[in-house]
Amino acid sequence: MITPKDVQYIAGLARIHLNDAETEHFTKDLEAILGYIGKLQKLDVSKMEPTSHALPLKNVYRKDEIKPSLSQEEALRIAVAKQNGSFKVPQVIE
Amino acid sequence: MHLNELTAHELLNLLKQKKTSAEAISQAIFSRIEKADKKIKAFVRVHKDTNKDNKEIPSSSLPIPIAIKDNLCIKDMETTCCSKILEGFRPPYDATVIKKLKESGAVIIGQTNMDEFAFGSSTENSCYGPTHNPWNLDCVPGGSSGGSAASVAAHETIWALGSDTGGSIRQPASFCGVVGVKPTYGRVSRYGLIAFASSLDQIGPLTKDVTDAALLLKIIAGHDANDSTSVNVPVPDYTKSLINDCQGLKIGIPKEFFIEGLDNEVKDAIAAAIEVLKKKGALIKEISLPHTEYSVATYYIVATAEASSNLARYTGVQYGLRRQPAAKRKTSLVDMYEETRGEGFGSEAKRRIMLGTYALSSGYYDAYYLRGQKVRTLIKNDFDKAFNEVDAILTPTSPTTAFGIGEKANNPLSMYLSDVYTISVNLAGLPALSLPCGFSKTEMPIGLQIITKPFAEEMMFRLAYTYEQNTAWHKQKVSL
Repeated sequence: MITPKDVQYIAGLARIHLNDAETEHFTKDLEAILGYIGKLQKLDVSKMEPTSHALPLKNVYRKDEIKPSLSQEEALRIAVAKQNGSFKVPQVIE
Repeated sequence: MHLNELTAHELLNLLKQKKTSAEAISQAIFSRIEKADKKIKAFVRVHKDTNKDNKEIPSSSLPIPIAIKDNLCIKDMETTCCSKILEGFRPPYDATVIKKLKESGAVIIGQTNMDEFAFGSSTENSCYGPTHNPWNLDCVPGGSSGGSAASVAAHETIWALGSDTGGSIRQPASFCGVVGVKPTYGRVSRYGLIAFASSLDQIGPLTKDVTDAALLLKIIAGHDANDSTSVNVPVPDYTKSLINDCQGLKIGIPKEFFIEGLDNEVKDAIAAAIEVLKKKGALIKEISLPHTEYSVATYYIVATAEASSNLARYTGVQYGLRRQPAAKRKTSLVDMYEETRGEGFGSEAKRRIMLGTYALSSGYYDAYYLRGQKVRTLIKNDFDKAFNEVDAILTPTSPTTAFGIGEKANNPLSMYLSDVYTISVNLAGLPALSLPCGFSKTEMPIGLQIITKPFAEEMMFRLAYTYEQNTAWHKQKVSL
């Protein structure tokens, strides 16, 4: 049973602000979808390894060498707000 | 016949014989877009001047107009994934596939509509409004690559690129009567594809016929050092697989795909298609993919979990939209995140992010995400086992033809269930192709799906080509 309080909690984790109407709406949606997803509980997966990737690729590394990359100027060109070569944001530390 | 109605391979022949020019082709395309796109709304941005940037066009050039789904980064061109949260975002780099296209002389004529962040099966979740199916404007084109599929079907472009995470190339291809290919996971670089689910996403072609799909996949495929999930396997010349013969090839028909919910007309079209291949020598065998019924549930845990992680970067800190709540005197960083994401994301995006967050959250991770990944193994094993017995698997692409705009808008679960035939393919990382195999009584396209083993695109193209060359569905044109 998903409650509006659960939805508010999840929205908080996801850093998404929801108004009351949205909270109610999403409570119904998530309840229905999670109810459907519950069918996975029927399966016996005790002997199964999880698959996070379909391909058997592991540890794809490259040499730790400096290569050309975006310049600071290019990276900041479309910034929402910038100052002194950095992205400018609201105060983080009180 | 107008130039915009031809295929890329036909145009290349004309260009070689100097019977036409790149300019004439582009002109025909832009003229068509101007006439038809007010009704179809396949494009979110049309670019009439891009070919002027191509200073050095090599002699092996393919100056063919191509439409690009709005989740592929094109340097300095606004790219938004049809989401308000990426309003004004101009990527400072080209996606690898875009780089490859530019090097081949491609003419990027515009960017196409999609479900926001590829979350959807109908292209109704775009911040720009829906795209309309060119076969019936009251119907959806499918999604999330609906704009790309519709533009190809309506001859507003010669070919297009889309992306596929749970069927987003194949299902719109099926709904719009065109060819759509999802390559093997790792076959095409994802560098510059704005990520939805990193272990499932692939970029692929949407084209008017199988030959064009083989041509376009050959251009975009290949290992890329910038994408560590791309595989270092040489790219074959897929055009050499275009053989009109399937003598002795074993095709599996999974019994779990032919159950209640499958439209009778779709079922009959698939049965007829099987007969066509049988006549060309294919051996048909019933197979079982026993965990099919769990694939949609598995996907909506695994894919949404990955999406919640991938979309965590959209905070208003760097690019795109930034909002602060109006009421507070002093706003904190978290308020900025919450307000930006609350306003910037559409409701399907919020729904999926929250599902994914829940599945990964403490106390639920084992029951949902970890379990989902284990069921993914079961699904993958089903396919591995089947491919010990057959060379390819044949299924309908979608249980129905294109549904009406607005029909499933209030029932997300019903929308999710429409992906049942395409979704397990992404979970297993396999290549799959959808091509037209008929029309319903209401003259809506029906699609056939061919699935093969990892990196067996050649087998997939051979079977698709054989079927196509023995039918004429791909030659039917929209009346619009």
